[in-house]
Amino acid sequence: MTQTQADDLRPTTAEPVVLMRGISIEFPGVKALQDVDLTLRPGEVHALMGENGAGKSTLIKALTGVYTPDAGTTTLNGVQVAFHGPAAAQSAGISTVYQEVNLCSNLSVAENILLGREPRRLGGIDGRAMRARSAEVLARMGLDVDPASILSSHPIAIQQLVAIARAVEIDSRVLILDEPTSSLDADEVAELFRVIRSLRDEGVAIVFVSHFLEQVFEISDRMTVLRNGRVVGEYATAELTRLELVSAMLGREMDLLEEIERAVAESAPSDATDTPLVRVTGLGRTGAIEPFDLTIRAGEVVGLAGLLGSGRTELARLLFAADRADAGHVEVDGRPLRLRGPRSAIAAGIAFCSEDRKGEGLVADLSIRDNLVLAMQAARGWARPIPRRTKDELVEKYIEALDIRPGNPDALIGNLSGGNQQKVLLARWLVTEPRLLILDEPTRGIDVGAKAQIQKLVADLAAGGMAVLYISAELEEVVRLSDRVVVLRDHRKIAELDGRDVSVSDVMALIASGDQADHRSGGTERKAS
Amino acid sequence: MSTATPVTFAARARQSRLTWPLLALVALLLVNVVVTPSFFSLRIQDGHLYGSLIDILKNGAPTLLIALGMTLVIATRGIDLSVGAIVAISGAVTCTYIAGAPDPTSASAAIIGLSMALGLCVLLGLWNGFLVSVLGIQPIIATLVLMTAGRGIAMLVTDGQIITVTNPAYRQIGAGFLVLPISILISLAVLAAVAVVTRRTALGMLIESVGVNPEASRLAGVQARTIIWTVYVFAALCAGVAGLMISSNVSAADANNAGLWIEMDAILAVVIGGTSLAGGRYSLTGTLVGALIIQTLTTTVYTAGIAPEITLLFKAVVVIAVCLLQSPRARAALRRGKTPPPVVPDAGTPSAAPDLGVLADVPGPVAPASTSSSHSAQKAGQR
Repeated sequence: MTQTQADDLRPTTAEPVVLMRGISIEFPGVKALQDVDLTLRPGEVHALMGENGAGKSTLIKALTGVYTPDAGTTTLNGVQVAFHGPAAAQSAGISTVYQEVNLCSNLSVAENILLGREPRRLGGIDGRAMRARSAEVLARMGLDVDPASILSSHPIAIQQLVAIARAVEIDSRVLILDEPTSSLDADEVAELFRVIRSLRDEGVAIVFVSHFLEQVFEISDRMTVLRNGRVVGEYATAELTRLELVSAMLGREMDLLEEIERAVAESAPSDATDTPLVRVTGLGRTGAIEPFDLTIRAGEVVGLAGLLGSGRTELARLLFAADRADAGHVEVDGRPLRLRGPRSAIAAGIAFCSEDRKGEGLVADLSIRDNLVLAMQAARGWARPIPRRTKDELVEKYIEALDIRPGNPDALIGNLSGGNQQKVLLARWLVTEPRLLILDEPTRGIDVGAKAQIQKLVADLAAGGMAVLYISAELEEVVRLSDRVVVLRDHRKIAELDGRDVSVSDVMALIASGDQADHRSGGTERKAS
Repeated sequence: MSTATPVTFAARARQSRLTWPLLALVALLLVNVVVTPSFFSLRIQDGHLYGSLIDILKNGAPTLLIALGMTLVIATRGIDLSVGAIVAISGAVTCTYIAGAPDPTSASAAIIGLSMALGLCVLLGLWNGFLVSVLGIQPIIATLVLMTAGRGIAMLVTDGQIITVTNPAYRQIGAGFLVLPISILISLAVLAAVAVVTRRTALGMLIESVGVNPEASRLAGVQARTIIWTVYVFAALCAGVAGLMISSNVSAADANNAGLWIEMDAILAVVIGGTSLAGGRYSLTGTLVGALIIQTLTTTVYTAGIAPEITLLFKAVVVIAVCLLQSPRARAALRRGKTPPPVVPDAGTPSAAPDLGVLADVPGPVAPASTSSSHSAQKAGQR
């Protein structure tokens, strides 16, 4: 697929209302955006696509004045602008409707629409004028809502539309909708789309951010795809297939995908007659992941593939008992295991490296040494401290083996780079000598060198007999490392592919289409409803 | 050696969180010497050690004890406001039992009485810990319950009266001597015990881990709930023993006033000692120094004859000065002689002393106070 420069593709030939050029934003240790361009034209719905962490939110915040870019220019109707805060952006005509409804639910619909801009009369608020003006806006959007009714009496979908009405009322030229459909059902989405289309026809430029590919294809005219803080390309929606979009988001051109060699192809596939190390039957949790079956053998790397929100992390957390399952059971070595919490999983030899490094991994104010031995010490109990010498030997060994920098055990882990933090967290589990290591996005947000080191480590560990459940948004990684790939979509396990024959495009096709019938999938697949 | 060692020492001293509180303490003591030349003098009378320093230690013993329990609670990101009320309950239960015992002067009455009191304190600690660790109620609210209800319980026990007892054995705890006052020995023994138990085992590290990141600790297999529960029980037990000291010292139980506001002194001692209210790393030595600063301050106010109307103000100024000296931003500003640039708050990473940054902008008496104390501290170093 080639990158389409789409200047002549879309119906509108109007001058762009927003032109962002060369936007770069850097946070300590992370290049959130690098040289990003975004062009918004009046009367188009522009989808902003990318996996989590690709930079969509950062770009929106740069546009609305929440962040100040380190480099780059933004022009609004040909005039260069720099907003100091969302209020300034809003008064310039750029409105944002966030995922969580950002209104006062105890006020009336009219009060919400005109909050801060209430029509006044005789020093007080003119309630009648307020309702009249709100009714006008609502009618323009084709909404049948009583302006005097209390906002909280309406369902979330209507509240979201009221938030949009508020943006319409101030005559926004740019309307940003950040995940507007995540809490809506199908009918409500249809209603929202009707409103979006009518606004588009009035000449509003609409930025649409969503993880739902079908909706993006339904509503958008054009899309900009981000990956790792860079623009992959700008495309006209009509000229893009779903598969092409997924591959743009996840990062491989289709031709190249076919050629990827599997680095661990020769790693011995486990003997199917062995008792599997872990056998999961019907494990599930309402709202997180539907019941699934899974077997993992010693020395095997099982990859979990799927888009964000497909249930990858939820599956891992159930297996580690970080969340309680409400169905199913787990056997380790053929013996049933009662998962009562992380401690019971750890005692059974299961380790879990969370994708949320900061929130669920690091103990930022403690040293590398303390972080590294935390899980081992917790398993021993407080009364049996690890002897100082053993501790120093372990720490020294892993600092050297994983090339952790700085190599000073007393350095606070919070001050390390993302890659080195990740290595310490890996080491935290490796010292407990787990039998099944669950890695959730171990390479996210870390530099290329560390990524390669961690992948190499996973391959070595599996060769040494450890079972690994490997979760990553980077399909190339998953396919390269895994002996088997389990594909998830919409909180459901949809297929299990034997890694010896699997290619990234196979997995992508499954993720994108969900058409499982003609794939060699495992016996545990469940039909989509 | 003579050239290398001082450099390392100076470098280490500059990094240590203890340096500034220690200097503040030394400065306070020096102020006292200037005002009362005999301040440092100690004398032995009937085998007991007397002197102003001993008085400071003796009067500070209950605060120190409570602050030790508070240190561990704060290290888990919690706080315990109920310790003052527990002080009152502990004294009330013991004195009420002794007063009603068959032989109110016997040692056995004192022992049974204080055992009952301490047993009750453990139950109260279990209650606090249950609210915080099992029900997940915010510590400040959970312990506010007992802070309010506790004095009521103490009043019920004493029937609203001040109960006086005459029991020589009981009197030993708060007023007795073993060369040094026994209350000092108890507090120091508890300090030593806590230091050994938390620092020689892994308990201290696990407490800090739970305080810094409870969820990460849970996922690493740390029994966060048990640890949090335990520190609240320990804090209540410390408060109970402190309550015994206070009521034993005056041979009476006053449900209304015993341990009033002592929770605030204890929290202050912990914070002055360099333990952040955001949880995590704690310093027992720091708490010791903090408790001593607070008690020395109170003593200074009396001996220096500072007018009672401005006593609290004086205390506040010194506390602000000490806190400012600990704030890296304020120190940087003092060095450059201007106000610090605003620091962009980093969500999710609690700074070492989050509340102190705000004070950095306080003008006026603060800077002179801190400069003078560091000057006198330097003089002290030269002597």
